[in-house]
Amino acid sequence: MAVTVSPERDTVATPIQRALKEGFYAGAISLGLFVLFIGLKTGQNMSNELVVTTRWGLLAAVVIATAVGRFLYVAYGQPFMASQKITNVATGLLPASVASRFFQLPWFVAAVVVALLLFVFNSSLAGWVGAEPAGYLQFLRALAIIYVLACVIYYFRAFIHANFTRLGITALVLYPILVVAVLSLNAWSITGGLQGSLKWVDNFGIQILIYVMLAWGLNIVVGLAGLLDLGYVAFYALGAYAYALLATQYGLSFWILLPAAGAMAALWGVLLGFPVLRLRGDYLAIVTLAFGEIIRLVLINWREVTNGSAGISGIPKVSFFGLMSFNVSDPNYIAKVLGIAQSGAYYKIFLYYLILGLCLLTAFVTIRLRRLPVGRAWEALREDEIACRSLGINTTTTKLTAFATGAMFGGFAGSFFAARQGFVSPESFVFLESAIILAIVVLGGMGSLVGIAVAAMVMIGGTEALRELDFLKEIFGPDFTPELYRMLLFGMAMVIVMLWKPRGFVGSREPTAFLKERRAVSGSFTKEGHG
Amino acid sequence: MNANSIQKANPGMNDAILQVQHLSMKFGGLVAIGDLSFAAKRGEITALIGPNGAGKTTVFNCITGFYKPSEGMITLNRNDGSSFLLERLPNHEIPARAKVARTFQNIRLFSGMTLLENLLVAQHNKLMKASGYTILGLFGFSGYRKASAESIELARHWLEKADLIDRADDPAGDLPYGAQRRLEIARAMCTGPELLCLDEPAAGLNPKESAALNELLIDIKNTSGASILLIEHDMSVVMQISDHVVVLEYGRKISDGSPQSVRTDPRVIAAYLGVDDEEVETVLTEVGDEDVIEQLDIGPDAAHGPGTSSSYLAGPVSDTVGHSEGERVTVSKGASKAAQVDAKANLPRKPSERATAKSTGKASTAKPRGGRK
Repeated sequence: MAVTVSPERDTVATPIQRALKEGFYAGAISLGLFVLFIGLKTGQNMSNELVVTTRWGLLAAVVIATAVGRFLYVAYGQPFMASQKITNVATGLLPASVASRFFQLPWFVAAVVVALLLFVFNSSLAGWVGAEPAGYLQFLRALAIIYVLACVIYYFRAFIHANFTRLGITALVLYPILVVAVLSLNAWSITGGLQGSLKWVDNFGIQILIYVMLAWGLNIVVGLAGLLDLGYVAFYALGAYAYALLATQYGLSFWILLPAAGAMAALWGVLLGFPVLRLRGDYLAIVTLAFGEIIRLVLINWREVTNGSAGISGIPKVSFFGLMSFNVSDPNYIAKVLGIAQSGAYYKIFLYYLILGLCLLTAFVTIRLRRLPVGRAWEALREDEIACRSLGINTTTTKLTAFATGAMFGGFAGSFFAARQGFVSPESFVFLESAIILAIVVLGGMGSLVGIAVAAMVMIGGTEALRELDFLKEIFGPDFTPELYRMLLFGMAMVIVMLWKPRGFVGSREPTAFLKERRAVSGSFTKEGHG
Repeated sequence: MNANSIQKANPGMNDAILQVQHLSMKFGGLVAIGDLSFAAKRGEITALIGPNGAGKTTVFNCITGFYKPSEGMITLNRNDGSSFLLERLPNHEIPARAKVARTFQNIRLFSGMTLLENLLVAQHNKLMKASGYTILGLFGFSGYRKASAESIELARHWLEKADLIDRADDPAGDLPYGAQRRLEIARAMCTGPELLCLDEPAAGLNPKESAALNELLIDIKNTSGASILLIEHDMSVVMQISDHVVVLEYGRKISDGSPQSVRTDPRVIAAYLGVDDEEVETVLTEVGDEDVIEQLDIGPDAAHGPGTSSSYLAGPVSDTVGHSEGERVTVSKGASKAAQVDAKANLPRKPSERATAKSTGKASTAKPRGGRK
């Protein structure tokens, strides 16, 4: 091989030298950052005095970990990735890429075997090896399952990519059935399976789908029309309280109140829209933020109607279109009508399909609206408002319809939330909720329904999954509660995703009409809107 | 209506699609347009030209409703006989009802949408009606599907005219500059305008693209029945395609007529075609007498307010308009070249003013000619 002379050889240090330097800098920066965060801890002693405890060991561990991590990345990680790129380009022979080397059949088989063995002998593990190693084995099992799933996704990535929507909807429809089936097999009784499915259907399924619906609703305002709305939770609250109050006071059915709550939220969307539509960008964001807070404060302080911070409880359950009820005491209780065993899981499964239906309705309406002139006008508004006005588009009504439509879906989701919880209080509608919904929209890729659904699954499902990581207590001690760290992980995940995909999971945009072929528009051309 | 009464008063002006009368636009103390009147004839290409900062785009913004003029009246007479006072219509109703479409100096396309979508957005109002203001369209009524297919046909028609049909499914932001200009014109035409206002359509185009643009504009004029009002710096475009030229300088009209007459107007030559301060004097020395040159030198001192003949000598707009705060803003003496030419032309007709000017000048700043470089 010919010797290539690099003109930069004199000026550029070798990777090891550079890595040493960068590792040192990284250690110094982390020392500066963490010396007060981690190095010192303040607390109170018995006589209420402030005590400072030092944690130099922990600080040293963090700083050394940072420095070593940076050293390894610069010394070995970067050259490795660069050489991968060069061999890919130079040979064109498709060398074993990192991913295909990582996902290999023998390892896949091994992971399946390990996961199965550990799953089958789960209950007897603690007896064989003791409590602590059993925790590590559970961790290993989780890793094996993740590896197997990643392998499957990697090898079928083309198929998954091509049929993502269909696969996704099928998976969502089958999800409760699969959960009940798997858990019934595991517990060897259907009642046990139903009981065990409560957590999976309610905490994961329904919770995620509520956020999917909210994010899809906000997507109309933020993703399509480009109006930054930081107070979206206000419409969610309006829908929830509309259902809670009208159902408890007047005993109206959910099926009447669902559209009523949506209409109520839409009306407030228009009322909010009128004064703020003159504002753009940051100013609009601040006013909508204030609107969200005003609604929450009204809910807290208007005690005669909303019962203040105590909230409204005893909100009636949704009935199965009036035919069957989910209240055990009712004569038409579902188990009595169908002659099956009593279980709370029926209601949860019903609610799951209800919110799935509402989500699909939202998606259907959004897709339809995008192809109608009003949807195109929303996107045009995001791209350039002045050009819109020069084409005779009434920007005021266009913005108002975006606000109203987004608010309406927020209201639907709110009334569903009230029916599911049976209790609403202003605590459920804090600014953090708005921020999470907006983060889901941004993370998913503004305007993309699929990307937003994936983002909701990652963010909400991820934080819920942290509650399941009990084995971490084996590592970090019994006081360790992983769910306390969810906001930290949440933030870290967002930073990583935004660095890796600045336009969100799905950055491109599907055109709404085409002459010859539908080609996705790259995210570098679309604008975010200026409010 | 008000507009109709104007028509009765000036029946001869009925062939004018756009009449601008006594239009003024002030931004605080700055007068961007002062008492401008002109008319654009139906079926013609009218060009609005002038040096940078002459107020051309401000005139456009007044016509298309982006600015509300301080004074004056802008009347648009549609082909069906109805008239609109554009300064009274809300911004978005000017394209929708008065059928005036415009393009922008700095291109404003929906860059993240495809070419086809850009042209469909332009047909918004028509499609809104067809979709029953979204409600019927949402449920998939056939009326909307038909209208939608028609709108795609119209878009295809204009894409072909603008020679962009091959790129119909590409994002607009991906187009080269010249194609973006053509797309913006095609988008404006999709609104079905009767008056098309183009703000520097040839800016930044190479000669080949510029020639293609000329063809497109002539074609629009001949086949679509739209009249065109355009702002342009590229004289090859203006002289080749326009039927009528209006020249602005410092917000005032300094010339109005056929391209030929404008081209030979000494005021236009002085104002528009880039004559330096020094050269103005040379030009004037060549064409005028010593008196004129002396006039130029001895204009009223800005600090002492304009003299009686100041309107002929200093900037015609700014020094005659009072600020709200009572102060006066003046354009530096000799800034308006056209005014200097005017001064020469007007002097023989107005000896009294000439005398006043002379005496003021003598009293204040008279300076021997030889002192000039």
